[in-house]
Amino acid sequence: MIALLRWVIWRDMVLAMRRKSEVLTALLFFVIVVSLFPLGVGPEKNTLAIIAPGVLWVAALLASMLSLNRLFADDYHDGTLEQLVISSQPLAVIVFGKIMSHWFLTGLPLVLISPVLGMQLGLDSDSIVILLLTLLIGTPVLSLIGAVGAGLTLGVRGGGVLLSLLILPLYIPVLIFGSGAVESARTGLGVEAHFSILGAFLVAAMLLAPIGAAAALRISLD
Amino acid sequence: MLESIELECVRGDRTLFTNLSFSVTAGDLLHVRGANGSGKTSLLRMLTGLMLPAEGQIQWNGENIRKLRDEYQQDMLYIGHLPGIKGDLTALENLRINSAFNGLEISEEEAWNALGQIGLKGREDLPARALSQGQGRRVALARMLVSKAKLWILDEPFVALDTRAVTMLQTVLAHHLSRQGMIVLTTHQDFSIPDVDERILDLGQAEL
Repeated sequence: MIALLRWVIWRDMVLAMRRKSEVLTALLFFVIVVSLFPLGVGPEKNTLAIIAPGVLWVAALLASMLSLNRLFADDYHDGTLEQLVISSQPLAVIVFGKIMSHWFLTGLPLVLISPVLGMQLGLDSDSIVILLLTLLIGTPVLSLIGAVGAGLTLGVRGGGVLLSLLILPLYIPVLIFGSGAVESARTGLGVEAHFSILGAFLVAAMLLAPIGAAAALRISLD
Repeated sequence: MLESIELECVRGDRTLFTNLSFSVTAGDLLHVRGANGSGKTSLLRMLTGLMLPAEGQIQWNGENIRKLRDEYQQDMLYIGHLPGIKGDLTALENLRINSAFNGLEISEEEAWNALGQIGLKGREDLPARALSQGQGRRVALARMLVSKAKLWILDEPFVALDTRAVTMLQTVLAHHLSRQGMIVLTTHQDFSIPDVDERILDLGQAEL
């Protein structure tokens, strides 16, 4: 099973490295959206610090969604998805590998660049650490939930919009507790509760989302 | 043994075929024929387990394939319309990864051999997107050479191949049958495999 995961992740990484532009899209989107806020709201430091947690989290959420419809689409069009579905290996494991690669390529870069953007919005250093941690726990949840939607909307015309409508409501809890933790840290309140809930989301999503996405793929290919 | 029991296929609101029963035993070649749109690909997809039949069931050694799932899929190799290869991976990588996904880890050397045998010598290291359509098909077909599956389900295997490749493919098919393998295929091309009774399943004309 580990060998299988390694193959899936290796494959998706190699494919992404041979088409670098697609990896950078989500990251650039994130940076640009966040950078637009100081321009729109004005450079007033306190105002920016207040909206910073929400802005960063909403931008991360949209950026991770941007690349979601490509999660299975390429494999679907060249027929490799068919082969994956009928492979003798557990599809949920394969899907989990694909989701992990998706997060490595789109989620992790966002997490790593977020401290810079946090500073840009005038967050203090403690809040930035919390921001980094919430994104680290939260963005995999986004990829996991998103995979179920991506599986369901596969091959549907206008699937991209449908995917957003389907998935964004499910992102709301992650958004609330993610940005809530940063907000609490900023105002000096405790963050343990937020982290416990985010952690619970991550565990639940890791267990259920690959199975759900695998079932969705089987339906989409029928 | 592969057995189909009273299969029915419905696409949209049209019934493509109904009450279709047949069986394939070791050493059999079943040639599914029919006009465009008569349901050949749908039948093959049902046999792979990708598509659910509207009625009836498919059994492998006496058990429903939906129940067997992984066990059945280990015994089966499907090469469909879409080649299932990645343009950004090399022929070699494609072959190895496709095999790995079927639980069959092959060494680089085995992969080199298979690709050489199928006529891709010297092109093993090219990205698949740099290959011609026929060569791309060959990369997909190379899986047959490394596969240990008993049942091969091939959708139009001869498409885009030149005459030499067609001859070679026929040899590969004959070899598989001689090892008590089973083949279900569709094709519009003429082909002949010596010493094999080709059984024909005609899905007839598509109703327009």
